[in-house]
Amino acid sequence: MTARSAATIASLVLLTFASACTNFFEVPIETPLSPKMDVSAFRRVLVAGFISGGTDDVDANLETVRLLRSQLRTKSGLRVIEADVLPLAELAADKAKVPATSAPSTSGETNGGLPKVAADVQTAAPPGPAAPAPQQPAPALDKIRNAKDLEKYQSIFSDVAFWKKVGEEYENPLIVTGTILFTPLQTAGFVTRNVEQYDNLGRRTVVPQRLYMERKGFAIAPKFIFIDGRTGATLHTESTREEILYNAQQNTPALSSYFELMDKVIPMFLGTLSTQKIRGTRVLLR
Amino acid sequence: MKTRALLLARAAAVAACLVAAAQPALADARSTAKSQVDFGIKVAQNGLWKEAIYRWEKAVEADATYAAAWNNLGIGYEHEGRFEDARKAYEKAVALDPKNVLIRQNYDLFKEINDRAKRRNDR
Repeated sequence: MTARSAATIASLVLLTFASACTNFFEVPIETPLSPKMDVSAFRRVLVAGFISGGTDDVDANLETVRLLRSQLRTKSGLRVIEADVLPLAELAADKAKVPATSAPSTSGETNGGLPKVAADVQTAAPPGPAAPAPQQPAPALDKIRNAKDLEKYQSIFSDVAFWKKVGEEYENPLIVTGTILFTPLQTAGFVTRNVEQYDNLGRRTVVPQRLYMERKGFAIAPKFIFIDGRTGATLHTESTREEILYNAQQNTPALSSYFELMDKVIPMFLGTLSTQKIRGTRVLLR
Repeated sequence: MKTRALLLARAAAVAACLVAAAQPALADARSTAKSQVDFGIKVAQNGLWKEAIYRWEKAVEADATYAAAWNNLGIGYEHEGRFEDARKAYEKAVALDPKNVLIRQNYDLFKEINDRAKRRNDR
């Protein structure tokens, strides 16, 4: 018997012995996290559009609608309605103008049982499949640069009649809307970085170093509003803020940063509507 | 004095008999539980978690002091999203075998997820 075959037999014996003695088994598990909202009453979802602001480099309204629709299509049980994106900022601006323009007449004037705004929406941008392309930007719209600018438009989300009308057009789906602020950031300050160092013997050590750095990047602050298409009432609101910073010399396109930031936001968004599974491992014992 | 010693000896003999009689019963309970646990592990490894949970429930019924069975049951409940049941099972396992690092590790991982779920619901 050669030394090699003896070693093989010995290792086989050891392996058999070890497996016979194994008292634990690592197993992969998927822990389900139940959704924050009960959406069992809905079979369809309409990502209507967002009031967006911040940088002009990215159309956050259009990009967010596209991204959420594709995510919902693959990661939720709801059927996604493909429709034109509502120009909510424009509609909200119109709504803000309505009291001023219609001031001489009755302020609470309604049209066909709907408040004036909803009626305006119907004529300006019907959300049905035959609707004209509503994505065209409103020329007279004020630029939304920060959260304060956004506040002016918030009232549209509490316009129950408007959302009920939108809901009726699409057979009472769950409506997803809200605001998105995607703004450029620039900061300067001390940053702790791990720096590799090698001593005379070539041994590697990692030393934390504080460096003064100028950095730039982007911040995203979405607020998702979930509206019941049957009643027009807000069911749930979810907001968050994420930011990303790069070296000042690094030139990262705004759209890349947008998607990088949305990668962090999406799990929170999906967790509101559908069960999320957390993958991990546990040890079963004998 | 003699009678007292006699009585003590008699009591000791009875106690010894009882312990001796109980020993196989305890061993029996553990071996029943162990076979259920083993079967549960096999089916869990094949993704049949509901069957595994059923087996581990049988195991803890047979032997409520079997820490491994409680640990596995905790994992099974966790996999099914039954967080409250999972917490109770893990706590039982930790209480029965506080020095077991693997049980503690499973429980810690579970707690992390459970806290996250709670925070989500509280928000």
